[in-house]
Amino acid sequence: MPDNTAHETTVGGATTVAPDTSDHEALSIHVGPQGETLLEIDHVTLRFGGVVALNDVDFSIKRGEILGLIGPNGAGKTTCFNVMTGVYTPTSGEVRFNGKVISGTKPHKINQLGIARTFQNIRLFPEMSALENVLVGCDARHKTSVLGALFRAYRVRPTEEQLPTNPLRRGFARVFGISRHTMEERGGRIKAMELLKFVGIADRAHELSRNLPYGYQRRLEIARALATEPELLCLDEPAAGFNPAEKEDLMDLIRRIRDLGHTVLVIEHDMKLVLGVTDRIIVLEFGQKIAEGTPDEVARNPKVIAAYLGEPDDAA
Amino acid sequence: MSQILDTYRGLKLRDRMAAAPAWVRKVGLLLVIAFAFYLPFLNILPFAYVRTDLTSRGSDWASVLFLVVVYMIVAVGLNVVIGFAGLLDLGYVGFYALGAYSIALFGSPSSPVVEALQSRFGLSETWAVPFAACIPIAIAMSLIAGVILGAPTLRLRGDYLAIVTLGFGEIIRITARNLDNVTNGATGITNVPTPPGPEIDGRSFFNTVDAERWYWLALTILIIIIWLAFRLEHSRVGRAWLAIREDEDAAAIMGVAAFKFKLWAFAIGASVGGLAGLLFGSKQQYVEPNAFMVNLSFLFVAMVVIGGSGNIYGVLLGAFLLTYLPERFREFQEWRPFAFGVALVVVMIMRPQGLVPSRRRAREFEDRKVEAEEAAADA
Repeated sequence: MPDNTAHETTVGGATTVAPDTSDHEALSIHVGPQGETLLEIDHVTLRFGGVVALNDVDFSIKRGEILGLIGPNGAGKTTCFNVMTGVYTPTSGEVRFNGKVISGTKPHKINQLGIARTFQNIRLFPEMSALENVLVGCDARHKTSVLGALFRAYRVRPTEEQLPTNPLRRGFARVFGISRHTMEERGGRIKAMELLKFVGIADRAHELSRNLPYGYQRRLEIARALATEPELLCLDEPAAGFNPAEKEDLMDLIRRIRDLGHTVLVIEHDMKLVLGVTDRIIVLEFGQKIAEGTPDEVARNPKVIAAYLGEPDDAA
Repeated sequence: MSQILDTYRGLKLRDRMAAAPAWVRKVGLLLVIAFAFYLPFLNILPFAYVRTDLTSRGSDWASVLFLVVVYMIVAVGLNVVIGFAGLLDLGYVGFYALGAYSIALFGSPSSPVVEALQSRFGLSETWAVPFAACIPIAIAMSLIAGVILGAPTLRLRGDYLAIVTLGFGEIIRITARNLDNVTNGATGITNVPTPPGPEIDGRSFFNTVDAERWYWLALTILIIIIWLAFRLEHSRVGRAWLAIREDEDAAAIMGVAAFKFKLWAFAIGASVGGLAGLLFGSKQQYVEPNAFMVNLSFLFVAMVVIGGSGNIYGVLLGAFLLTYLPERFREFQEWRPFAFGVALVVVMIMRPQGLVPSRRRAREFEDRKVEAEEAAADA
């Protein structure tokens, strides 16, 4: 039986999120100096035939900040994500990440460079458990190849606490080391579990992701993206379908993600959340950037107000 | 039919096996393997009824077992492609043929290739590439063929890939038949070498009479391949394949090199198919193009699908049923295609996910069904 009840369970009823008991030391990533330009969208235009999805969009993201990308429906926010993650190649202009041009690069290569994202409509691997979903993310940083997994010839010298308890195996591991495959598999499981704790869903780690409640699935997507150790994490409407209490939790989560060392770009409709959590905001409308600035500036910008509330008829 | 399956489900063999202590599982596994090795000599009634040589028209029991195991190797290899990576390959017989032709062309002293080598390097007329060297050649040939076929075609999805691979299987066979000065064309190649071994009773160890030795050899190879397939399934590679099967675009964005892993699945499947073909060719000691007709490809796919794609035990069962049953009931030979067709239809209606499906694949199947029904309701 397919489980269609997942969506109903959380709407209305608040899901309580387990407190974060993860090891932040192990999860934090090492990045360059804060405040440097991390990603540049350099005058990007994207056309689909006659439709202009993005028109000369130009902004940059600094390392360590939480940047908001907002705009009415159909403004081109998700398209912007798709250009950054390699789903689309811009018609003109380019995207640079850490100074390197990434527009036109394959999606998995871009992920390896350090950009991860979540999806507006959740796209987990439904037949995998929550833990396995995160493991797929962890694999992005693993080096074991097909031959490595088959023959396990590449050995690593284990540290004292990594040695198995069984005396026979212990002796074997001392002499021949442990295969990199095994080490990565173990390390991946530990890291995946820590990430699930970090986003607060470790209690249902071994359930199939399709059977998880909606709020858990959203958080699982974030954990899976974090597992690829991205310098830049892009969240596509992470609060969609959340109630105010859950949104509060999410804002806290986004701040904690930033504290681990990730730079966060977040698309969101909910103004309260965006104004509350971001350092800077970019506003798109009809594929064009119409405003940029701190939350306060953007909130007072008449163009933004017009875009969201509509212009009064007698404005001109 | 469903009653039988319900009984099977009631036993919950899989859960019980998983819950059993490690030593029980190990002893159980050893017993199964030991029994498999003993099978050619099984002669105690009533169990002996499984034998295929009870009537004078029956076929040699050990030879049937050998063929069953060769097809099991094929099924395990094809399962990597269809079951794990989710790519429909209808030209698998091409790799099987390549394996058989590799050993024939390089191992037989009377093959045109070896004859050319003999005259070029002034070697004696009995010289040929040794059997042990033919194994890597066969694996490499089919692996390279898999990569050559896969590299351009794996960008296609679903049915398109099936059509291209179907063509590939035929290309190999037709090339083998028409390339007279390399493969001897329709005449085929004789004197295909057998593995070396001590002479017993004046006959070489692997001969045409003592088929059980061939069976043991194939069984040993099968066990090694199953072991390796399990290793792959429970590694990052198996996870990557599963992720690609479920949502290829999301997988790519999560850093899974989708094309690379699909190509690996293809190459691994191809080399296992080539190894099975090598065993087959060596046992027959004669290789000719008509042994690799396209319907053999369909039979291979049927083994995987009926058994339960994605589940190694399932495809082993599929290969066993589709090879053993027709041999056991040779008396009804003229009914074979009919019975085969009916069985296929019945299985597809009653149990489309296969007899022993992979649990994940079974659920994916349910999802697709619901999606299809919803789409039909919308339209």
